[in-house]
Amino acid sequence: MSEPRTIVDLARALRERRLTAVSATSACLAAIQAGNPSINAFITVLGEQALADAARADEELAGGCDRGPLHGVPVALKDLIDVAGVPTTAASSVRRAHVASADAPVVTRLREAGAVILGKNNLHEFAFGTTNEDSAFGLVRHPLDPTRSPGGSSGGSAAAVLAGMAYAAIGTDTGGSIRIPSAACGLVGLKPTLGEIPTEGVVPLSTTMDHVGPICRSVADARLVYDVLRGAPPTAGQARDVASLRLGVPGGYVRERLDEEVLARFDRACERLRAAGVGLEPVVIPHLADAPAIYLHIVLAEAAAYHAVTLEHTPDAYTPNVRLRLEMGRYVLAEDYVRALRGRQVLAAEVEAALDGHDGLLLPTLAMPAVPLGTATVRVGAHDEPVRTISMRLTQPFNLSGHPAITMPCGATSAGLPVGAQLVGRRQATPALLAVAAAMEPVLSQP
Amino acid sequence: MTVSDWLENAIRDADTRGLGSLRSSLQALAQATLALRRADWNADASADRAPTAPGQASPHV
Repeated sequence: MSEPRTIVDLARALRERRLTAVSATSACLAAIQAGNPSINAFITVLGEQALADAARADEELAGGCDRGPLHGVPVALKDLIDVAGVPTTAASSVRRAHVASADAPVVTRLREAGAVILGKNNLHEFAFGTTNEDSAFGLVRHPLDPTRSPGGSSGGSAAAVLAGMAYAAIGTDTGGSIRIPSAACGLVGLKPTLGEIPTEGVVPLSTTMDHVGPICRSVADARLVYDVLRGAPPTAGQARDVASLRLGVPGGYVRERLDEEVLARFDRACERLRAAGVGLEPVVIPHLADAPAIYLHIVLAEAAAYHAVTLEHTPDAYTPNVRLRLEMGRYVLAEDYVRALRGRQVLAAEVEAALDGHDGLLLPTLAMPAVPLGTATVRVGAHDEPVRTISMRLTQPFNLSGHPAITMPCGATSAGLPVGAQLVGRRQATPALLAVAAAMEPVLSQP
Repeated sequence: MTVSDWLENAIRDADTRGLGSLRSSLQALAQATLALRRADWNADASADRAPTAPGQASPHV
């Protein structure tokens, strides 16, 4: 039989004894062995440990101990997340000697839920970039087109899920690092509400904007992993009728810098939603265009503070681009950091206001399809844009505001590169966001 | 400190530290800082009320 595509399908197959956790894990390890030399999605593969964990999961299921939907499901972790006894490299030579002394709380929760940890995924060094080209372990290639980046910084994580190397991967998102690669790879990526998932045991980029979340193949899978990560009992969730949904659609800044094909696929998805009965209404977020400047001053200052000691003592251990970005942060003035914090509050209030009377906000996730490797700028509409700046343009506002956001595939370009639609929900209401996303998913995925 | 003064000092310091390749990045940051300082939410010490965070009570109440 063919391998199940989703966690939901795998969980059913495990309980119907059509598959075992060992066979599912072995299939993922075989995919890693076959694909990783070219894709480079994994830095560390925990093969023997994963198979042992999978065998234990099978024994427990056979003995009547069912830990829930992730029991026996092979998952991968971005290599910023601590696993006891395993290096957390952050894709940097700065941390080559590191070995984690304990599991991060999110790893503890995954293990308690019976998940099988396959290994650690490659990323942009210290999560400070959107292409994964700056990694001490080499760049990550897009599984659909090896000349392109899968997006980042959780690029190894998304590439692994797309290439069948894992059923889900846990990433981090400070300016879009879950949603960007998920969109570029045609996957579902969830950034929960700020502060909802513990970031302890996760190497920080920006201590006030880092989020942990899942990269999966469906909204239902994202819901299952999210429930485990937040430490809540799995729930079915409140199902929503798609025809009952009212969504706000921001224009202006959002549509000013969009690849023509991305815009066309997004507009086509909006047409399908309207045809399904979804109410789409224009909304305004007045200071959305200020998000990049606000974001830059916060992330640079907070990252520079974390890296100040190693920048002094081992500057050459960083990749050149990431070192320069971190050094730039050391020049941010305190008064400008405080201005940015104030702007962040203004933006958060405006996003909340735009959500008033709506079940979510809908916008594209990524302004362009997966970008070619080795390019510093990309043509978007009539403009040449720095890859890093344009990649985060539509995702970073919600790291600033703290609102939960999820990306779902909504089509593909003529070259077959995926396009993502982003749905934003109310703070502290990630389950409601997931319910809306689940209702929209079949409509978005229509050709 | 004005943004132009800040940029001049930052470039000089970066050059002194052997980080001349930071120049273009610092110039880009300066543009972002100008945008940040021009934003209409910034405090004005001559105004009659200090700004409050949206959704928070004024400290003057």
